[in-house]
Amino acid sequence: MSTQKVLMGNHALSWGAVTSRVQVISAYPITPQTQVVELLSEMCTDGTLDAEFIKVESEHSAMAACIGASAAGARTFTATSAQGLALMHEMLHWAVGGRLPVVMGNINRAMAPPWTIWTEQTDSLSQRDTGWLQVYASSNQEVYDSVLMAYKIAENRKVSLPMMIVLDAFFLSHTSENVIMIDQNKADAYLPKYDPEFKLDVKNPHTFGGLTTPDWYMELRYNIQKGMDDSYQVIRDAQSEFKSVFGRDYGMVEEYKCEDADVILVGMATAASTGKESIDILRNKGVKAGLLRIRYFRPFPFEDVRRVLKNAKQILVLDRNLSPGLGGITFQEVKSAMYNEKNKPPIYGFIMGLGGRDITVESITNLFEHAKKNDPQDIIWMEVKK
Amino acid sequence: MKRDGKKIIFEKAGDLPPMAMSLGTTEYNETGSWRNERPVVDSSKCTGCGICWKFCPDISIKEDANGKASIDYFFCKGCGICAVECPVKAIEMKEEEK
Repeated sequence: MSTQKVLMGNHALSWGAVTSRVQVISAYPITPQTQVVELLSEMCTDGTLDAEFIKVESEHSAMAACIGASAAGARTFTATSAQGLALMHEMLHWAVGGRLPVVMGNINRAMAPPWTIWTEQTDSLSQRDTGWLQVYASSNQEVYDSVLMAYKIAENRKVSLPMMIVLDAFFLSHTSENVIMIDQNKADAYLPKYDPEFKLDVKNPHTFGGLTTPDWYMELRYNIQKGMDDSYQVIRDAQSEFKSVFGRDYGMVEEYKCEDADVILVGMATAASTGKESIDILRNKGVKAGLLRIRYFRPFPFEDVRRVLKNAKQILVLDRNLSPGLGGITFQEVKSAMYNEKNKPPIYGFIMGLGGRDITVESITNLFEHAKKNDPQDIIWMEVKK
Repeated sequence: MKRDGKKIIFEKAGDLPPMAMSLGTTEYNETGSWRNERPVVDSSKCTGCGICWKFCPDISIKEDANGKASIDYFFCKGCGICAVECPVKAIEMKEEEK
């Protein structure tokens, strides 16, 4: 019988780090992330976790400390939200360029001003071009399991890239759910010690990240893209091994009643899991509706998205984020994924739930009603006070 | 990929090390080729005080056998800080010619 704990999403992240035997944690507190590192710092103090906790004065320094520790060969962890993630921006590029498999939890929080603490994905999606792998969770079990898989994927020498586990503020971070815990011996067998090909070593001194001329910089970027290309198979392998050992099945995407669906809603995170209930209601009314939840935003699951959406008659994309002057960010990616397909279903771009406004079952059912009566548009604002 | 000491010799793109970590050193980047003006030391004026060595942002000032300043032209980018800081005006910036 597996042990179960009742954990809030934040503590599911902390326990994921414990199960992964992280060695160095460096973080700066920010609502709604604080509990993640608060629990880890307590565990470092009471000896539950044999790791070094480095207190810093900013998120920029937190990521810098993780980069230094990772370059020295340690398994490193941090967590942040919104303004904290934005302050890390420069260092996010450094982790990628250094090919350092730092793993970070980001609790989605809308960007200020005005100050806000509620969920929105614009913070993490703004970092999509840095080269971090990004996975979006919709349950605390998924948060917990994703940490162990993240190290397995990020530390694979074919990938060697940092990875972000993203979860919604409050809807996951502060909501308690049952989480099946992973046996430590099985975790250790699944995730062996981090063994980097190159690391900083006082016995063999060398530098990293120093000046590289136009002769070679481009090739290093090419190799980062190759790491992303290769990561698809590494992710699939990590997920199938996870399933065979621990029994839980994860994909690049999650499909819900898509096989025969005429109308498919695409979304991420908790809004997408709420959407499943809307699909059931619509199905009972005879509407052939389905839901595609994108788990991995980077690398973007082109193959899965095209496979699932190619036979749909309408595609509805729900974005709890906004790129001002462009629209919903997931919408843009889905649209570009479908552009070269022979069958290009019309795509609707819905913006909803910004700044943590609740997305209800009814809100999502209304998207299908809207698409039934209206032509597709790139930006359709739902439930906004005008 | 071959190594000559710490220097990495790339033979073809396929040999590229996978990450910035493995480049290991910038010791062989000839930044001296960026120079527009070169600092020239007048040893008869130089007192060997070491102020230019302290100010040089690229560690390109060396000490010669007589304890006077000499320039490492392989790395020196020609910023001119040494010439400005020299208290006895022993360093003159001269335009580079091809």
